[in-house]
Amino acid sequence: MNLEKMYQEIILDHYKHPQHKSLAPLVSGAVEVHHINPTCGDEVTLRATVSDGLVTSVSWDGLGCSISQASTSVMAGLTQGATVEHALSLTAQFLLLMQGKGVSTEADEVLEDGIAFAGVAQYPARVKCALLGWMALKDAITRQPGEINE
Amino acid sequence: MTATSFDAEILKKDFPLLERTIRGGKKLVYLDSGATSQKPRIVLDAERNFYEEHNAAAHRGAHQLAEEATEAFEGAREVMAEFIGAQSREVVFTKSATESLNLIAYSLSATESPIQWRAGDEVLLTEMEHHANLIPWQEMAKRTGATLRFIPVTDDGLLDLTDINTLINEKTRILSFTHASNVLGTVNPVRHLADLAHAVGAIVVLDACQSVPHESVDVVALGIDLMAFSGHKMLGPTGVGVLWGRYEILESMPPFLTGGSMIEVVTLESATYSLPPKRFEAGVPNMAQAVGLAAAIRYLQNVGMDAIAQHESDLVSSAITQLEAIPGVKILGPAGPRGGALSFLVDGIHPHDVGQVLDDDGIAVRVGHHCAWPLMRRYGVAATTRATFYLYNTHEDVASLVSGVKRAQQFFGTAS
Repeated sequence: MNLEKMYQEIILDHYKHPQHKSLAPLVSGAVEVHHINPTCGDEVTLRATVSDGLVTSVSWDGLGCSISQASTSVMAGLTQGATVEHALSLTAQFLLLMQGKGVSTEADEVLEDGIAFAGVAQYPARVKCALLGWMALKDAITRQPGEINE
Repeated sequence: MTATSFDAEILKKDFPLLERTIRGGKKLVYLDSGATSQKPRIVLDAERNFYEEHNAAAHRGAHQLAEEATEAFEGAREVMAEFIGAQSREVVFTKSATESLNLIAYSLSATESPIQWRAGDEVLLTEMEHHANLIPWQEMAKRTGATLRFIPVTDDGLLDLTDINTLINEKTRILSFTHASNVLGTVNPVRHLADLAHAVGAIVVLDACQSVPHESVDVVALGIDLMAFSGHKMLGPTGVGVLWGRYEILESMPPFLTGGSMIEVVTLESATYSLPPKRFEAGVPNMAQAVGLAAAIRYLQNVGMDAIAQHESDLVSSAITQLEAIPGVKILGPAGPRGGALSFLVDGIHPHDVGQVLDDDGIAVRVGHHCAWPLMRRYGVAATTRATFYLYNTHEDVASLVSGVKRAQQFFGTAS
């Protein structure tokens, strides 16, 4: 069944119990970004703090479908405490997964729950949903602290 | 309804695309005609026939093909004019309703606009407009300094006319609004609003994208000045839209797109322009599309606009009754009388996810903000699921929609 392939249990679990979905206080050094999917209106606000090359904090809030919410939850869990380099590498791996390039051995090792989204790649209209949180993260950790984007 | 003269099952056979299957062999249930309609074979044949038999650049050249192409294009204009109760010279073929609305907003704010803009002037819209009848006016406001004002909507999805006598005032230069909401299904009181706006000397513009395809529309009876709608939502091809205008208004408006076809005399320094409708049809026109659209109109007329309106009304009423009976489903917009756009929310399930489950059953609906983002904000939602109906939809399609929504609730564990 296509539907079950897309909505893996892991995705539904993250959707019902999202991780880090509560914005941490906007401390000095934190970056806040707000990303919107203009085709559907789904949105995410993400706060990240980078210190000495480490992503020390990722928190978010958002409105959206199960795919966008679950994907953002998985992303926040994976990147919390990671080096910026690793977080960007994870983002790149996830993007490849969404481009339907298949699951590489490397992605399989590092993306953990993120692999559950492989089925989404077959639905081009939903790929942007899965990428919403990841693109927000990439934006946040490559900005200078104090910058706030709308 | 009496099913004797009108049988959607039979009409459906005229639409090749509706015979195909979806997502691994499922029967297609197409409930997205509000976005774009499917095309009957005779429309495709008309376009093909134009290209195979008569294709040449209309309004140019003296050879036989050019004459035939001109005749076909101008013939399409006559068919369209008769369909909406207009004169032929009042019908402008554009590429889309969006272009028609941009043309109006641009022309009425250009240097040679018939409106002499003054400080404090206002343009009145409503909170339920599609982006196509909002953003061109935002751009116009930047050029003219005019203030945009909005008729609010009630919780039930109707225009709130409580303050209409202050919203329409001596500063109002233009009133532009939708005949039927593409989200809520609301049908607005066009004549009443047009009369109020005319009493203060304003120009009245109507977005008829969701009305002309579905019911009999007579521009004179509506009492408006300008109207825009698209061909592809009324069984016609993409790439053709209509701008209708009272001739005196069109005659007073400067062109939007300029170039070939729309001129009288051209020198290196300047040009004078044709009378409408040619003034607004620069370039080689969309002849095959206009011809296809004329074929679509004949098809609609054969079926009968009143019969179509009645059929859609039956489908929407049935869908509302059945969806409302499902715990956790909420319909947006008025109970009735209403148009064919039916937006709803399913508790605990995002519209994208509702749409995905429906798609898995072969049911095509629209999910998202429907290009009416401000209206979504008004109702405090990010998106809705929207089913829209047309002459080829059946009560079986409604039943599929209803069971699809129930399946979504089961799938996401929200069924009560």
